[in-house]
Amino acid sequence: MKPAPFEYEAPASLEAALDLLARHGGDAKILAGGQSLIPVMNFRLAEPALLIDINRVAELDFLRQDADGTLRIGALTRQRRLERDPLVAAAAPLLHEAVPFIAHPQIRNRGTFGGSLAHADPAAELPALAVALGARLRLRRAGGDRWVDAADFFAGLFTTALEPEEILAEAAIPPAPPRTGWAFLEIARRHGDYAQAGIAARVTLDESGRCREARLVYLSAGDAPVQALGAARLLAGEELSDSVIEAAAEKASRDEIHPPGDVHATPDFKRHLARVLTRRALRRAADRAREAA
Amino acid sequence: MKVTVNGRAYEKEIEPRLLLSDFLRHELGLTGTHVGCEHGVCGACTILFDGEPVRSCIMLAVQADGHALTTVEGLTPAGGGLHPLQEAFWECHGLQCGFCTPGFLMTLVPFLEANPDPSEEEIRQALSGNLCRCTGYQHIVDAVKLAAERRQASSQ
Repeated sequence: MKPAPFEYEAPASLEAALDLLARHGGDAKILAGGQSLIPVMNFRLAEPALLIDINRVAELDFLRQDADGTLRIGALTRQRRLERDPLVAAAAPLLHEAVPFIAHPQIRNRGTFGGSLAHADPAAELPALAVALGARLRLRRAGGDRWVDAADFFAGLFTTALEPEEILAEAAIPPAPPRTGWAFLEIARRHGDYAQAGIAARVTLDESGRCREARLVYLSAGDAPVQALGAARLLAGEELSDSVIEAAAEKASRDEIHPPGDVHATPDFKRHLARVLTRRALRRAADRAREAA
Repeated sequence: MKVTVNGRAYEKEIEPRLLLSDFLRHELGLTGTHVGCEHGVCGACTILFDGEPVRSCIMLAVQADGHALTTVEGLTPAGGGLHPLQEAFWECHGLQCGFCTPGFLMTLVPFLEANPDPSEEEIRQALSGNLCRCTGYQHIVDAVKLAAERRQASSQ
């Protein structure tokens, strides 16, 4: 239970980190919070030749709001800061509501926003939240960068759109439209455990109080965050009555998610949990959207 | 690397792959920090890193360069004896074998600083990242309540 030997670099700037990645690419691993990487290194499931510790790269640790309301989150921002910073509560209340579900305080004190996204564990909260919030992710490489929608970033189990020489540098979360409500819910055997089922939901109402847009994104429901687009279509244009919500919950849990079974729960049981959570989350999100109207 | 542990400065040359928990135990001889699962699940190795609880078995020692750590040894008051939370654990039977206790203490000391009057549910949530196989947790919860009550009483 000790990591295999590796070379270690702790660059003080993003430029230096990107140079190292350009030279070493696939042989190197980025160390951010390390709350997933160090355990797999302890198990020797990962044996990188070079570890690039970016914890000194202060330019990746920021939280600010643009004039248009876009929330910008540096990749190295600790999860604990997302939990505590009033800016997150004001600009992205869905994120604020969900962060306390991420593992435990000991983990959130080290774990980073970008690290969780780049690790792309389908049972983790932040990937599903990034998709539900419509986040855009900035991927930097030596001498260039590109922006990718969160929905296109997660390619599969622990797999993302990141190329070996790229670093996830920041996320931009656009402001929610008026009359938007949200809810994050999950069920875990103990607080802080990986969820057996979880949902990030967001609904926006039009001026007449009907649903203009709904987003339902599930964790622990497949190889990556799962968006229930079909269920969202059932909600669009409708009054969010109990029967409409029930139809969407049924559609999402039956047809759109593919939860893996494990020792604690069968796929069918997880579908059941997802259906119940969908119902609760949509009711809560709809109530909040009406309050905001 | 240079690191301050329990107020004392150390300077050591170490291999990058050395875990922070092993550094504390083997390089500094601070064996109060216990090593259970070594992959960030059991919480026995919890210490304070710049005042915040972290799991030392899933950090590299080199990452502590320039930082201040507190281990369970650092809870001992200046004149010796027990920290009030340790006292409460002792009185309430908040431990049996004691292996997990340093991790619980290092998780709960900052918790009580931030939440001086916690509900039982908040206490249970706060200790959800630490495993104890002996007590069934009830007596640990009792100990936290007792420590919180005494703290409240003494501050009034």
